[in-house]
Amino acid sequence: MDSLLSAQNLSVRFGGVLAVNNVSFDVKRGEVFTLIGPNGAGKTTVFNLISRIYTPTTGTIDYQSSQGMLRLTEQPAHKIASLGIARTFQNIELFEHATVLHNLLIGRHTHRQTSLWQDLLFTGTARAAELKAREKAEEVIDFLDLQHHRDSLVAGLPYGVRKVVELGRALCTEPQLLLLDEPSSGLNVEETEDMAFWIQDIQQELGITVLMVEHDMTLVSKVSNRVLAMNQGEVLALGSPREVQTHPGVIEAYLGTIDDVSNLRREAA
Amino acid sequence: MQFLQLVISGISQGCIYGLIALGFVLIYKATETVSFAQGELMMLGAFCGLGVMTFLEYPFWVAVLASIAAMALFGILLERAVIRPILGQPAFSIVMLTIGIGYVLRGLVTTIPGIGTETHTLPVPYKDMAFNLGALTLNAEQLVVIGTTAVLCAALFALFKYSKLGIAMQASSQNQLAAYYMGIPVKPLNGLVWGLASAVAAVAGLLLAPITFVHANMGFIGLKAFPAAVVGGFGSLPGAIVGGLIIGVVESLSGFYLPDGFKDTAAYIVVLVMLMVQPNGLFGERLRKKV
Amino acid sequence: MRFIFKTDYAQDIRLAKHGGHVFWYSLLVLCLLAAPWLIDEYWLAQLTFVLIYGIVGLGLMLLAGFTGLFSIGHAAFLGVGAYTQAVLTNMGIPFPIALAMSALLSAAVGLVVGLPALRVKGIYLGIATLSFGFIVEEVFARWEKVTGGNAGIHIKAPDLFGFKVDTADGFYFLCLVLAVLATLAILNLLRSPTGRAFVAIRDSEISAQSMGIQLAYYKTLSFALSAALAGIGGALYAHKLQFISPDQFNIIQSIDLLLMIVVGGLGSVHGAFLGAIFLIVMPQLISLSKDFLPEAIGQAPGLQSVVYGSVLIAFVLFEPMGLYGRWLKVRTYLQIFPFYRRGMFKRQKSFQKSDRLK
Repeated sequence: MDSLLSAQNLSVRFGGVLAVNNVSFDVKRGEVFTLIGPNGAGKTTVFNLISRIYTPTTGTIDYQSSQGMLRLTEQPAHKIASLGIARTFQNIELFEHATVLHNLLIGRHTHRQTSLWQDLLFTGTARAAELKAREKAEEVIDFLDLQHHRDSLVAGLPYGVRKVVELGRALCTEPQLLLLDEPSSGLNVEETEDMAFWIQDIQQELGITVLMVEHDMTLVSKVSNRVLAMNQGEVLALGSPREVQTHPGVIEAYLGTIDDVSNLRREAA
Repeated sequence: MQFLQLVISGISQGCIYGLIALGFVLIYKATETVSFAQGELMMLGAFCGLGVMTFLEYPFWVAVLASIAAMALFGILLERAVIRPILGQPAFSIVMLTIGIGYVLRGLVTTIPGIGTETHTLPVPYKDMAFNLGALTLNAEQLVVIGTTAVLCAALFALFKYSKLGIAMQASSQNQLAAYYMGIPVKPLNGLVWGLASAVAAVAGLLLAPITFVHANMGFIGLKAFPAAVVGGFGSLPGAIVGGLIIGVVESLSGFYLPDGFKDTAAYIVVLVMLMVQPNGLFGERLRKKV
Repeated sequence: MRFIFKTDYAQDIRLAKHGGHVFWYSLLVLCLLAAPWLIDEYWLAQLTFVLIYGIVGLGLMLLAGFTGLFSIGHAAFLGVGAYTQAVLTNMGIPFPIALAMSALLSAAVGLVVGLPALRVKGIYLGIATLSFGFIVEEVFARWEKVTGGNAGIHIKAPDLFGFKVDTADGFYFLCLVLAVLATLAILNLLRSPTGRAFVAIRDSEISAQSMGIQLAYYKTLSFALSAALAGIGGALYAHKLQFISPDQFNIIQSIDLLLMIVVGGLGSVHGAFLGAIFLIVMPQLISLSKDFLPEAIGQAPGLQSVVYGSVLIAFVLFEPMGLYGRWLKVRTYLQIFPFYRRGMFKRQKSFQKSDRLK
């Protein structure tokens, strides 16, 4: 398996805060790669670096697109989707005043085939393109069982459904690499299990590489091929889920050292 | 000498813009609504002063205090009646609402039989006084404007920096729900802010009255105060004053040195240049959404 | 109650979604076509103004309602279109060419005005457009060689390659055709990727960008299209009034345009025309009711101001969805009677969140 995305020595500084410090990893094609770490570790910041919302202070990201190896850090933010990278957001960023279908159709934007004039006049080509986009969106709706909500305004939907719509919108871009930011946060047990199945289907049926940030260790163990643990902007450990979960450094980051724990113990009265 | 004269007159005009802009920024800082009604509130304050002095025939200082108090009360009532119900609506709707308030106030004042459509002079005690400093002629009116603005700014600065009230206002402007949870009485606070902003507008109106006379269309000067607030940075109180001063001086100088037509548009050209160079104004915050 | 069973994706793409739509809109078109024979000259002139303001309203609706970019100086584009048309027509250039030039020049000015939009948001953009509005108005007044300055200029009747449109009826049909074309263009935009991109930018710029929408291009496009429509409206406005001067395109006019789309209903195509009807009809209503009101109120100079302001306040407070929203509620009530529940359209109570962090 070759490397789809490769980050080298990424660092980003916001004022005095070094949010990401010398982080390197690579994501192999077809795998599910998970970033874990306590809050504030810099995981979402890494995502934002890949989506080009932030620019790294040092370091580069290389990406194997359909046009060959590209330096992602030189691309503008709006090009990322057309290169085949899609993402979901930690705090849902849907288009609130539009329907679910509308949101999914916006996800098809990178595949648009019409020019402005064709849109204004709504020529035959525009009509055919619209029908095609609708078909593709419907495939995603079938995949995620969103039929019931197709015409509902996003603003009125429950949180769990909105998370799924976000996933659907990202899938509509037909990505090579899917960035999922905390896909199971705010979901109950059932919904998390559905999410696990979908991630597996995305990997196996759709052949999409998944890079995700997650806190739920059960989900992580179930779906991930490799895990990268971060803490305070730095890499702690890299390996299979089992290896990383038993790594002493990782345990310390999450639970503290034996000294910290003993301080918490209270003397018997 | 001419230059210095122009600068002083520009500073004095700029102080007026700054005071009105201060009102905008106060309301924006506390409730994150933009109020296009400040100009009309200023006009109302001037008419209040006029009413107390010419019809109730009270002395100047009583008129000043009465106007400020009356406008503060009016501001609180306005907030309670009209602004409070619409919090949570998109910013644009709130702007349109304040424009509507401005229209109504202007219309109501024009309706007052006999007074509304006329231009009046406010009989201030320092009217027509002037000092000569070498070759400079300093109008007492201009000096009073500059002095009052300085005092008012110091007072507001102290309020926001050192008092719990100021911090509470800032908190409720950034996240109202969280402010509620923290026990901040958000609604009365908003009313207080509007009252404060209206009082500042009243002061601006009374200061402006000797210079431009009191008439129903005084409020349009408020439109020039917006560039002042933007130049200074919309969330910053000192910025509002600094912005006002910049606009005032540029306007004064361009009226003399540049061809016709530049005086009226100077304020707007300055704001456009500022937005291109520093989009958030001189003292504005560069905040970005964290996703 | 009407149930629409969907069997084909094309049904969702069609403009007229069901038989009822087709019937009522055809009826509307027939009435509009027959108008010169149904109503007297005065009201035909008012209807012509409704169509003209409707076109401008469509543009502003596209910009503010659908892309979320607020333009407080929109009268500037109206003015650019009006003056361009005036100058070109007086030079003898035929109407269609002059109209195209007006639209293009307005679009170019729109592009320039839109440049700040790429860097600033919200109230800052509003102030930037306000500033442009003042500057453009001043240019109209000062550039006397071309615009005649504050004295204004007269405009000759439209000349369609030899066929002179100098009757009120003829001009009405011209406006009707243009209004229909403009409406269809906007509706087409909205059901295509371009329109969806605009809506995406309004709702969440960051996720629009991550979906591949280039913000700079679409924001500029929105300004240009909106200005072009305002320019076309301005050109027709110039012909209708036959005389224009700079003070017709001032801040008051800009606020009237905003009033129009807010009262009409932000974010709907119907809203542009409902708002235009409101804008034209309101002064008429005020004059008519002056006879019924007591002397003190009826003859007051500030009456129009107070009424406009009160209506604006009332709509924002009680009917934020505008006239179109009220119509939707009435229609839903009638359609699902007796199952209509109070609060069906109620927005969820939301708390003020900082716009700066949006």
